[in-house]
Amino acid sequence: MSYEFLQILWFILIAVLWIGFHFLEGFDFGVGMLLPFLGKKDEERRAIINSIGSVWDGNEVWLLTAGGATFAAFPHWYATMFSGFYLALFLLLVGLIIRGIAFEYRSKDSSPKWRNTFDWMIAVGSFLSALLLGAAFANLARGVPIDENMMFTGNLFTLLNPYGLLGGLTTVVIFLLHGANFLGLKLEGELRERVNVFAKKLWVAASVLYVVLGIFTYVAGFWARGVVNPGFVPVAAVAVLLTTGYFLNNKMEGWAFIMTSLNIVLTQVTFFSMIFPNVMISSTNPAFSLTIYNASSSQYTLTVMSIVALIFVPIVLVYQGWTYYMFRERIKNDKKSLVY
Amino acid sequence: MDPITLSRWQFGLTTVYHFLFVPLTLGLSWFVAYFQSRYYQTRDEEYRKMTKFWGKLFLINFAIGVVTGIVQEFQFGMNWSEYSRFVGDIFGAPLAVEALMAFFLESTFLGVWVFGEGKVPEKVHHAAIWLAAIGSNLSALWILLANGWMQHPVGYVINEANGRAELVDFFALITNPKGWLFFWHTIAAGLTTASFLIIGVSAYHLIRKQNVTFFKRSFQAGAIVGLVASTLVFFGGHTNGQYMFETQPMKFSAIEAHWETSQPADFSIITIGDLSGKREVWSFRTSQLGIPGVLSFLACNNFDCEVKGVDAIQAEYEATYGPGDYIPLMVVTYWTFRFMMSVGFLMMLLSFLFLLAMRGNYENAKWMKFVPWVIALPYIANASGWILSEMGRQPWIVQGLLKVQDAVSPNLTTVDLLISLIGYTVVYGSLAGAMVYLMKKYAIAGPDAAMHESVDVAPARVGADD
Repeated sequence: MSYEFLQILWFILIAVLWIGFHFLEGFDFGVGMLLPFLGKKDEERRAIINSIGSVWDGNEVWLLTAGGATFAAFPHWYATMFSGFYLALFLLLVGLIIRGIAFEYRSKDSSPKWRNTFDWMIAVGSFLSALLLGAAFANLARGVPIDENMMFTGNLFTLLNPYGLLGGLTTVVIFLLHGANFLGLKLEGELRERVNVFAKKLWVAASVLYVVLGIFTYVAGFWARGVVNPGFVPVAAVAVLLTTGYFLNNKMEGWAFIMTSLNIVLTQVTFFSMIFPNVMISSTNPAFSLTIYNASSSQYTLTVMSIVALIFVPIVLVYQGWTYYMFRERIKNDKKSLVY
Repeated sequence: MDPITLSRWQFGLTTVYHFLFVPLTLGLSWFVAYFQSRYYQTRDEEYRKMTKFWGKLFLINFAIGVVTGIVQEFQFGMNWSEYSRFVGDIFGAPLAVEALMAFFLESTFLGVWVFGEGKVPEKVHHAAIWLAAIGSNLSALWILLANGWMQHPVGYVINEANGRAELVDFFALITNPKGWLFFWHTIAAGLTTASFLIIGVSAYHLIRKQNVTFFKRSFQAGAIVGLVASTLVFFGGHTNGQYMFETQPMKFSAIEAHWETSQPADFSIITIGDLSGKREVWSFRTSQLGIPGVLSFLACNNFDCEVKGVDAIQAEYEATYGPGDYIPLMVVTYWTFRFMMSVGFLMMLLSFLFLLAMRGNYENAKWMKFVPWVIALPYIANASGWILSEMGRQPWIVQGLLKVQDAVSPNLTTVDLLISLIGYTVVYGSLAGAMVYLMKKYAIAGPDAAMHESVDVAPARVGADD
């Protein structure tokens, strides 16, 4: 396999990992943010948590794998991005930590104060994570200050530009909607009705923000800097998001969930098409950008990693998919059938 | 303080903290899986309870290991970007494989195990805990192969064109003896940690005559595994030491504060250094007990080989790598080794004595009331071992190839580092508080409370601290 083929292959593989992560953990984050607002009684909150209880940790591994794969395949991308986005990533880590620990600990004590605290940690942690991920990706699309030595020369406030913030906010609302659609599939009774009401409102906000973000991207010229034209993909992403409203109004939760899933996948496809073959665009000088060519590992390492990925990715997909099948039933929110 | 010092403190603190929880995860997962297997074989309700009770403690501990593990993977890039650029071609691979092979397995099947009882077939539920245990321990293998490479780089060349280390032999990377010796040592240490937790908690209940059959059986499992595992830790450590003597002679001699080359070399039992930590003021050595050459034995299994002194190695390194200070902080290497060793021996001895005592009426023995304190022992040894291993490699981040001072992210400021360091301290401190509170509560509440999963039953039985 030629060196260039491997570099493109690994760009695609990492894109696939991020797509998987946004699609899966997207609804986890949404469910987490909705938790304190949607669940009024303790059993309701537990039912909401249990809808993702058996899978959220596995979903988060997509992020770890994306990080590890970036380190292995594009060390300069990993080094520049992780050191450059230092404080943003620190806050992301805090978000992931408090949320992960709260899932496990919130029911281990019966005091309402204890539980409420951990429920809010889940919500705040999920919100922080979604916001920062969205802002980080928006900034990657926009370009960040990088000098000729692949060094990030900005700081946290460089990332807090209008486009970055809009990207973060949009991601939060899209994930909220995605999470609500997932809950529509997993809950029953009154809680399921309540989710539907939430989802319809969220759909309006998500559509507005998403369209504004799309227009911003287009007008600012962020979409046409690589060699691939995303073409109809973002248009399709808008279309599926808009049709979500129809399915929500007709209580077709399965279709609504498929639509937000497609929206997230297509958004990520758009993003990676927009930047290719860059991996980090320099706003200082386009010539300083990190690309799949100047940021990658050696041909040997990429070859070895390709073999490893070829063996293990299918295995992981099979057993992770199988767990969703195993836990496909709706969650009953009565005390007897809930797992704590 | 400058960003390098702060980055080092942050890495050290977050890593030692992470590793407070990991060994218990590694070891206890096997116990829980084994108890569940025994239940399937015997249908003895007592084993089902053991699975549940120890499983509960496992999960409370596991959660912290997972969330602090994410920090570990991110901070190479965040704080050590130059390191990541230099070694990414090699070091990234085991990290990616770890996520792909181990983290997915562990997290997915633990989810099945926790939420699947009664929902998935019994066999699947049973298999799930074994797969989770295998996943946890596999992740240790990959991260230790990565660390093994930092201690003893193999299978690489330095690419002169781009100035980084590049992988040329993946097979050498995954068969690096250093990594496998660490794996042996760490897995056995994990089992020891779990054994001593089980022994300590069981003793607590046995003195109070609660669930006697349950805790006698647990105590027995802990004592047997504890003896075997702590012995394996010892032999793993000894073999590791000899390999260190070959590959990292400076670390070896710094552990002993062994300044001058000697043959045969003498083992120091206690040495008091001067304030700089670099010169000896007073020492007591094995030869004063009439046993010369103990250090030679540790180095190469005979009592007569030559062990180079720190000064001689420093001179060699200056000749090879240029001027600089190649001596690790000796007060740390010297004392952490002694903590690790003495506690390790103590654990071997204790588990042996527990086994002997089990032949009699040990649950009524007076000394049993001190036994819960043994839970602390493996934690001291685990932390000391890692501090020794990493501090002993200084000033290198990759032995012989890259120094720590050249590895740090150049764009980070003192303010960045202070924010994150204080932030981690606050978050990690609170986590530890919640974790210890829950561990204690569930350990004290005993097996009956662990059997109840419903929210209302638990508070009535749990939480009463006597």
